[in-house]
This record gives sequence, C-alpha cells and structure tokens, in this order.
Amino acid sequence: MENRPSNVPVTINVNGNALSAEVEPRTLLALFLRDDLHLTGTHIGCDTSNCGACTVLLDGDAVKSCTVLAVQADGRDITTIEGVAGDDGSFSAVQEGFRQEHGLQCGYCTPGMIMAATALLADNPNPSEHDIRHNLEGNLCRCTGYQMIVNSVRWAAENPDGVSVSVGGQGAHS
Amino acid sequence: MSLVGAKVLRKEDPNLITGRGQFVDDLSPAGTAYVAFVRSNEAHGRITNVDTAEAVAMQGVLAVWTASDVADLPGLGVPGLERPLLAADKVRFVGESIAVVVAETRAQAVDAAEAVLVDIDPLPASPTIQSAIAEGAAPLDENVGANVIFMLPIEDPDIDPALAAAPRRLSTRMENNRCVPTPIETNVVLADWGPSGLTLWATHQAPHHLRNTVATYFGLAQDTTRVITPDVGGGFGAKINFTPDLFLVPALSRALRRPVKYTQTRSENVLMMYHGRAQEVDIDVGFDDDGSLLALKVDVYQDNGAYADPTGMGLPALTTTMAAGCYKIPKVAVGWKNILTNATPVAAYRGAGRPEAAFYIERIVDMVADELGLDPVEIRRRNFIPEDEFPYATHSEIAVYDSGNFAGALDELLNIMDYPALVQEKAAAIDDPTKPLLGIGFATWLEIAAFGPPGALEGFGHLASWESGQVRVQPDGSAIIYTGASPHGQGTVTTLAQIAADELGIDFDKISVRHGDTATVVQGIGTMGSRATAVAGESVKQAATKVTEKAKLIAAHLLEANPEDIEVNDDAFSVKGTPAKSVPWSEVAWKSFQNLELPEGVDPGSLESTVHNAPPNFSFPSGAYGCVVEIDKMSGDTRVRDMYLVDDCGTVINPLLAEGQVHGGVAQGIAQALYEKMEYDANGQPLTATLVDYLVPGAPDLPTYTSSRTTTVTPNNSLGAKGIGESGSVGAPPAVVNAAVDALSHLGVRHINMPLTPQKIFSLLHEGGA
Repeated sequence: MENRPSNVPVTINVNGNALSAEVEPRTLLALFLRDDLHLTGTHIGCDTSNCGACTVLLDGDAVKSCTVLAVQADGRDITTIEGVAGDDGSFSAVQEGFRQEHGLQCGYCTPGMIMAATALLADNPNPSEHDIRHNLEGNLCRCTGYQMIVNSVRWAAENPDGVSVSVGGQGAHS
Repeated sequence: MSLVGAKVLRKEDPNLITGRGQFVDDLSPAGTAYVAFVRSNEAHGRITNVDTAEAVAMQGVLAVWTASDVADLPGLGVPGLERPLLAADKVRFVGESIAVVVAETRAQAVDAAEAVLVDIDPLPASPTIQSAIAEGAAPLDENVGANVIFMLPIEDPDIDPALAAAPRRLSTRMENNRCVPTPIETNVVLADWGPSGLTLWATHQAPHHLRNTVATYFGLAQDTTRVITPDVGGGFGAKINFTPDLFLVPALSRALRRPVKYTQTRSENVLMMYHGRAQEVDIDVGFDDDGSLLALKVDVYQDNGAYADPTGMGLPALTTTMAAGCYKIPKVAVGWKNILTNATPVAAYRGAGRPEAAFYIERIVDMVADELGLDPVEIRRRNFIPEDEFPYATHSEIAVYDSGNFAGALDELLNIMDYPALVQEKAAAIDDPTKPLLGIGFATWLEIAAFGPPGALEGFGHLASWESGQVRVQPDGSAIIYTGASPHGQGTVTTLAQIAADELGIDFDKISVRHGDTATVVQGIGTMGSRATAVAGESVKQAATKVTEKAKLIAAHLLEANPEDIEVNDDAFSVKGTPAKSVPWSEVAWKSFQNLELPEGVDPGSLESTVHNAPPNFSFPSGAYGCVVEIDKMSGDTRVRDMYLVDDCGTVINPLLAEGQVHGGVAQGIAQALYEKMEYDANGQPLTATLVDYLVPGAPDLPTYTSSRTTTVTPNNSLGAKGIGESGSVGAPPAVVNAAVDALSHLGVRHINMPLTPQKIFSLLHEGGA
C-alpha cells in the first residue's frame, strides 16, 4: 500500500489556461479538476459512469471526467462549465437556453448537461427532440423529467447567439 | 402588474448554469480532513472482530474509530429501537457503518478503510416483509423480540358487517415497491467544531431542525451551533432524515480539532440514504352493481428496514389517512403494522405515504370497474365527492378535505386527451402484428400537502409546524426575505420574491431571498411535505404586508397625507387620486432609518417583520392523469407513449416552476411504475446497489408531457395555494399501471405489481403469468 508509483507531471490546457501539476497516476480527471484546480463546477454524482454530472469537453468531445485519468489529459484541451460563458460573463446559448426554458431545478446535474448539450450542438446544430434525448442519454437528471432540458437545448439551437443578459438580471419570461 | 401567476425566470439559475453554485462538497476549509467508512457486507450477523491495526499505521491516517470509540454517543431514532452511530456487536443491513477512518486526503482515507479487517458471523436474514413476519424469523432486535414493532389493528366493529352487506366484494393484496430516492447529489457532511462552537454544512432539507437536534445531542447551546445548507442537489424527502454521519462527522471534528468532511459515494448512497415506499397492503372493498363504493378495509404492512425512523413509522398513517382518495365511501376502516427487515431503513420519499394510497385506491377502482364492465372514467364519476360537499370530513381525524373539484379535473383531462380515438386505436392494435399493444389508464388522485397545521410535524420530532418568513427592507429600498424553508431545486427563492414583490411594491430585481443558514434565518422548519409555497409563501406575504403598512406611515409623513390614502406601486408610494404626489421606495427606506425624518411614534429600523405562519388545516391538491402505454408484443418492453396531466394545486405562483415540479414528480412516478425497485436476495444482499443495476430513467426513457390545470383555491391561506411538489409522484404510478393492465386485460390480467419489468410482462404475454 505504501509503495505507490510516484507522482507524474502533467500539463493540461483547462479553459484556455495551460496548468502544470504533479498527480498520482490513479487520480481521476474529475477529482483533479475539483480538488487540485478548485474548479468545483464539475460535479460527481456516481461511481459507475452512469450519471454524467462530471461531463467536460476533452479536445471538444464530451467525456465523463470520472472515466478519464488526469494523466490521460496531459497535453490536451479541457473545457469545464467554468469555461463556457463569454469573457464578458455573457452566457452561452446553451446556458441561456437552460435559464429560459427552466431546464434545471437543483442544478447539480446541470454543468454536465450543459457540457453534453454544448458538444451535441457543435456536431449537430439543429437536433430533433429524438436526437437530443438520445445524445443526453448518459446524463441523469432527477428533478426535471427531461422535457424542459429538451426545450432548453432546442432554445439554444434556435438562438445560437444566445441573448445578452447581465448576470443577476431578471426578466419576465412571457 | 402582479407577479403572482407570472412566468418569471429564476433567480437561482445564473450561479447554477455557470458552475458557481456552492454545494457542500465544493467547500473545503483550510485543514479539512476526509472520511471513509468501513461497511457491513452482511445483512444480519454478529461482529466478532474488527482489526484496525494496519489502517491506523497507514500514511496520512488521523483516526480510525469503531463502536467502542463512540460508546458515549447515543443512538438515533425511536427510543428503544435506536440506531447506533457505528454497529457494535450486531449488523442489521448491508452497508451499515462499522468503522470510520479520517485521513489527510480522500484517497488515503479510502485506502485505510480497505485495510480494516472485519469478521462477522452471519445470522439468518429477513430482507422482506414476508420473511420478517414469517413464523420463526430471527428478530432484528432481541430486546423487542419480534419484527412487528408497532401495530394498529383494525378495530372498527362496523367494517366487516358493511363489507358483508355489500352486494359485491373484492379482496386483493398489492405491493408498493421499495425505491431509492437518488438525488444526483449524494449526502455530504462537513463539520468544523472549534473553540467557539460548531459549524455544520450539510445536504439537508431542514437546517434548523438539524441544528436543534445536533445541539441537543451534543449538549451544545443553539447559539453556538450553526447549520448551513448551501446549494443542495435534490432531496425528495430523503434529506430530511438524521443519518449517523450527521453526528459522527462533528464528533470527529471535535476530537481532531480540524474540519472534517464526508462525501458519500453513489454506491454508499444507494445503501445508506433512507429508501421509500416499501409496503404491502391487504384491501377489501364492497360495492354495488352500479359501481358505487360502499365499504373499504385497508391493512398496510410497512417495511421499516433495519432501524425504525419516526417518519418511516408514520408512512402507513399517511397512506391510510388518504386511503379513500377522492371518493365518497360510506364506511372506511384502516390499520397497519410497522416491520423491521434486514434492509436499508425506510423513511420519506417524494409523496411519503400518499403515492401508496393513491396507487391502491386507483387500482381498486379500476378493478371494480373491470368486474362490472364499467368504463374507468364512468366509475370515477359515480364515486367522486361532489364539489359542494367541502370541507369534507373523512374516516380520518387528520384529514378534512379543504376543497376540490374532481369532476372538473377529469373533464379537463378528457379535453386534452382524445379518449374515444385512443380506445379505437387500442382495439385495432390487439390483432395488428405491426403494432404494439396499447393501454389507456386513468388516475384521479388526491393527496395531503402543506404540512402543516399545528401538530402536523411535531410528532416527527420537529419544533413546530409553522414556517417563518422575515422581510427586512434595506436603506436603499431593496429588500431581503429570510425563509425557514430550505429549497433544494424547487425555485422557492423566485416564488417568494414574486410574492413579496406584489405586497411590497418593490421591484422583483431588488428582492433577495436567503435560506439555509441558522445564523441568518431566525427560525425555521424546512422544505418537505409540499409546504414551501402554501406555508412559507403565506408567512412572507403576511410579513411583507406588515412592512408595507409601516412604510405607508413614513410615506404619509413625507407626503403630508393620511396613511390611509397612501398606495404603493412600481417602487414608489403615492397619494390615491393624486399620483403626482409620490415618494420613491428608496427614499422612504433611507429615511426609515433616520430619527430626524420619522413621524412621531415610528422607530428607526421599523421596516422589518417576521411571521410564523401556521395554517388552520392541510391542503389537498388533486388532479386527473391519463396515460397511454405501448407494450411490445414480443419482448414485453413497456413504454409510456403519452402522459396527459391535469393538476389542481390552487393558486399557482409561477406556472413555469409549477410545471417543472409536475414533470419531475411524474418522472419519478413513471420510474417507480416501470423501472425502479431496490432488490435483495434471500440473504439480504442488495442486487441493485449501483446505478448500473438500479435503473434511474434517462431522457430517452420518458415521454413528452401534455399538461393543463384546473384551479380550486384552498381557504387555508390568503394566496389560495395548495402545494405542488409531490403531486406528480402521487398521480403517475397508478395511471401507468392502470394503462398497462388495460393493455393486457384481454389476456385476463387484473393487476401487476410495480415495476413493470420486461420479464414480468413477457411472462404475462407468453407464459400465462408471472
């Protein structure tokens, strides 16, 4: 037990910043992001790769960061929920869609949902309801029953530029 | 413009969609140490040895505790049936905590926990109701000596004669499957016990209740005990309970003099978070040839799991209270048994006793209709409590139905679903090899909500049953609302701000709502039992009204007018009939703190108010759901194709959020009906202990909902709101099962216990029965 392999240096490009660290080889990317980089927007909801709460983008593809070792991300690009909004704080179309269509309740699965939906729309800018449901199959939500998540992704597809909203600003929905 | 009733976007969302929410596991104060547990892999047995020597010596390990280290800490739960913090000489379910390890890192804690060696001599296990009550079953608690720990016999002497006198009679036994609540955030506890007191961050639905309990438990004063429930990732009732880790983690922090955090894994969560439902029931119903229900006898067997929880023991009381649903039945008698089993303890899960009641009575009504060849819609109409008979006293002292229009909801359901066309489609599908079997099911359900009136929650250990609402106007004319509700996804921050904005006349954007911290919120009970809008919302409304009345005194002084002539709108006070004569809220607020600006008799800082609202009665939300299922004729795969939903929750504060609550509850109801059941083998080994085996539905598994609403207000609060948090989980399971039984009725199927797995349905299709 005491003879663990020594730590390994990694350099990972996280949300546009190249970050270097020494990690235990067994460290999951999800825990590296949360515990070492303090990027706690990436959530962990299971230990069997079923829930998708930890979904991030790895070189643009949606991956469950609990199934990737930090060392496997060495030299690659990671985007987390913290890297989705614009530099001015404006929400991405997917973020705004979730807000407009009530695509979240407790918000715990939401970062993973937003990352998975972001990857989906990059591949398929105009997904049908069927496409959305099946592409989000690996992301569990216990609060919404999914219909409003589907609506949120459709909103983002129909409003690819999102809308400009100051953080904290509110408005009547209709 | 009134904001009550408007589709307002949520104040909660900007943080949550940017990863800036703060859930308990996101917090790690400097010096935090990490916890891992050693758990029982036997369902029932005697602990003969726990060897911690290797673990204690491992790198980074700060403490390894077993039962002897917590001998001075009392067990939890029901007196005489306490649940120990760590199992001492016996284990009673798989997953029960035996030892706890604290280390510098999570990984070190987990490594050391794996190095603890535990020897258990197995005992015969009783993981189900039937095995636990069987002749000769080993008692879980030798001091009690029997696994039936409480029993309310059916003593009404009139019930059997009433059943015997009925022209027709039907008896049946049904199950209500054991469900795992599965919020996507597991339980997390972070404790920092320093010289000046204890701060406890917890994934909990009732922070003040937890604060009061933890303080009493450790003999701490409440003023130095602070509980914070920051963002909480779903609860569904399962985060009301007091699990051992809520007490162990503070004790470890006290001993180690540093912050200590426990983050439950999902596999631990499936075993450790209180489960829900887990009932069986014997029902006798008497009726006549027209389908009028005449007498109903309901005897509930409640599986309490390995340790009795006060809420878990109360579940059959809630089920039997609501046993007659929305029907006028002249004679109803009920009873129940609470039963210990070698399985995870059982307590509240979304609906808590009411989904079970609705399932039983809605299945019974369909069975009676089937017996008589009556349409399921028609038999419901014949038995509804008429609209003009409210308030309606039931067989239960607890339940006096406040208001309802059951026929109106059913009418609306038939407006949004084309029943005659579906009946034709169903008939045509039976012999069409290209089509799946189709079934149509109804549920006209009723539940009890808005907990509660005085006495409603005290029996479950709460301080009281009111909810607090405090309004404090800031010097700039913005306002902060403090609520004792502790939302974890419901959107209560937004709905309370809507309610306050209407009463105060302050712009919605200038109203914040704070919750989940005993250091800032005066007192509170929490979020459970569909109470936030009806009970907490009314307290905020009343507090805001009081503040507005006081502000009018100041505005009148500044405008040199009579207080009775002052009105407030759009962030300003003005004189009725002379709108030009006005003063902005910001000026009134600023001057409300300045002695020199105030009228005689008004103190500075007066623009705040606290109300503890105790409603006079429960509310009874209701609705009519229609479900269309498709069953694959070959595989038995059953899917919900269409779900038609009519809810009546009285006044709706925010239709977007109300709809979200319905969707989520219905999703959990469909999940119970089709997918979810915690299964154990005969030795009490869990067979569904991860999300690989326990099927929480994903987006492709659930339908698109068609929804509508009827509005029957409650007289219990001035908003007219009844509550909506649990409705969907009450109405959906019977609608789905009624539809599936309808689809298979030509094969002679009369009932199927949940979940409707493909194996069960395959067997009914091809092997003549399960």
